[in-house]
Amino acid sequence: MSVLKWSAAEVAKKVINNEELFILDVRNADAFEDWKIDGHKFEYLNIPYFELLDGVEDILPKIPTDKDVLVVCAKEGSSLMVAEMLSEAGRTGAYLAGGMKTWSEYLEPIKVGDLTGGGELYQFVRLGKGCLSYMVISEGEAAIIDAVRFTDTFTSFAEEKNVNIKYVFDTHLHADHISGGRHIAATTGATYYLPPKDAEEVVFDYTPLLDGTTVQVGASKIDVGAIYSPGHTIGSTSFVVDSKYLLTGDILFIDSIGRPDLAGLAEDWVGDLRETLYKRYRELSNDLIVLPAHFMIIDELNEDGTVAKHLGQLFAENHGLNIKDEAEFRSVVTEHLPPQPNAYQDIRQVNMGKITPTQEEQTEMEIGPNRCAVR
Amino acid sequence: MSIKADFQLDAKGLSCPMPIVKTRKAIADLVDGQILEVSATDKGSKADIAAWAESVGHQYIGTVEEGSVLKHYIRKCSDDTMDEQAFEQIIELDEAMKREGLILDVREEAEFAFGHIEGAKSIPMGELEARIGELDKEQEIYVVCRTGKRSDLAAQKLTAHGFTKVFNVLPGMTSWTGNLTKNI
Repeated sequence: MSVLKWSAAEVAKKVINNEELFILDVRNADAFEDWKIDGHKFEYLNIPYFELLDGVEDILPKIPTDKDVLVVCAKEGSSLMVAEMLSEAGRTGAYLAGGMKTWSEYLEPIKVGDLTGGGELYQFVRLGKGCLSYMVISEGEAAIIDAVRFTDTFTSFAEEKNVNIKYVFDTHLHADHISGGRHIAATTGATYYLPPKDAEEVVFDYTPLLDGTTVQVGASKIDVGAIYSPGHTIGSTSFVVDSKYLLTGDILFIDSIGRPDLAGLAEDWVGDLRETLYKRYRELSNDLIVLPAHFMIIDELNEDGTVAKHLGQLFAENHGLNIKDEAEFRSVVTEHLPPQPNAYQDIRQVNMGKITPTQEEQTEMEIGPNRCAVR
Repeated sequence: MSIKADFQLDAKGLSCPMPIVKTRKAIADLVDGQILEVSATDKGSKADIAAWAESVGHQYIGTVEEGSVLKHYIRKCSDDTMDEQAFEQIIELDEAMKREGLILDVREEAEFAFGHIEGAKSIPMGELEARIGELDKEQEIYVVCRTGKRSDLAAQKLTAHGFTKVFNVLPGMTSWTGNLTKNI
């Protein structure tokens, strides 16, 4: 039997469509423990490839014959080897092309909804890393918010939709992934906006993103308006799009809230975070649909694969929005925090333009889950 | 500095799973106790070699990074556990540290390089016979290795050469929780 090669896009479909899949992950136990391909109906078996060098006979009884089986490793080589062994043993051998590296880089564009006058809002779901980017499209123009570094995906998408990218925003200086914003702006001639309070150390030119900054996209003039909402970083800014959507960056997620410690100033910023979540956001309409810059767990995905929920619903359900006592809030967001994202200090340096690592180094830096939230 | 190895394997430019496949093959040709040096450029090889060695019972000693090349050191061992303790004069590591004598580390040079007790003298077990003249019969000697097995043999050897103030340190470096000095 031959060996089947699956693309990350095919795996993404399985995740979004809630299909079953059996994943034989042949990476190290530590790597698997830290980070894997999440799916609602996925089952897993983790056996490092080096324990299978003598053959797969011992594990065959643990591998189902009535569902799709996909072998996954870090970069592809070991999963191909194990898939071939499965094939020789009479099973269907399939492996993930490019391994977890490619999975981490894959973006699935999903339409969130229609905007006034025929506009559209798209969410780019980076399933492997939990990053969410956005594109607002309206009559020949586009604005991009929180683009990740795979800039071709955004520029190709814009070409497909026949729109010019006019505005590029980062809600804050990211610490968990490398921003593609500056690069997209440079190649398309778009204006690149950054909150100045996060940009004190950046070494390139940008347009300041201030409270009240508003741009209009396309002939139907879809408003993209900025609201200063510090706490994850001192510059963190949210957007209201078309009076309907609230892009919260890394301040508010579906099932968690932002952590204030990634720039080393948790104690200073916890008050800002409290004020943003418990005062500024409270003044907004509960009907706004929250679109965050991350998701942490697969359960945060809606049935269509988007990550979105009404602000009112989050006020009712999100634990981080329901801690009455200020001292308790302070303790929740500054103590017992999860480990910081891989290489977060280096990633901040890249996003400030201070260092320019190679593509391979960028991949290394971004390995692992995003860990931007406090649950 | 370069670290002494009995065999060098070049796995540079190879990607996973080849560094491990080749390492596994190379180590099969070594005898117990010998050191294998694996040069690789695949960054993932560091975690994988360590985990693989652990899973099959070889001793992963450590990795040195020289530019883009990772040099991994592994000691072949099918069995390092103390099965019989032949040398009777033993001492605990903590006790030995309080006394005035010499800590003699008989592990391989590579093991010593990746972490030893400050002030310890390194003479690998295999070189002890030839270098016995470097030791003083009047001084107390506390012989240490990783688990106590090699130091047991070394202590017997010293006694056979007329040394009387010899102690085997048990259990050995595996139980050492103090600072480690490195020569890498």
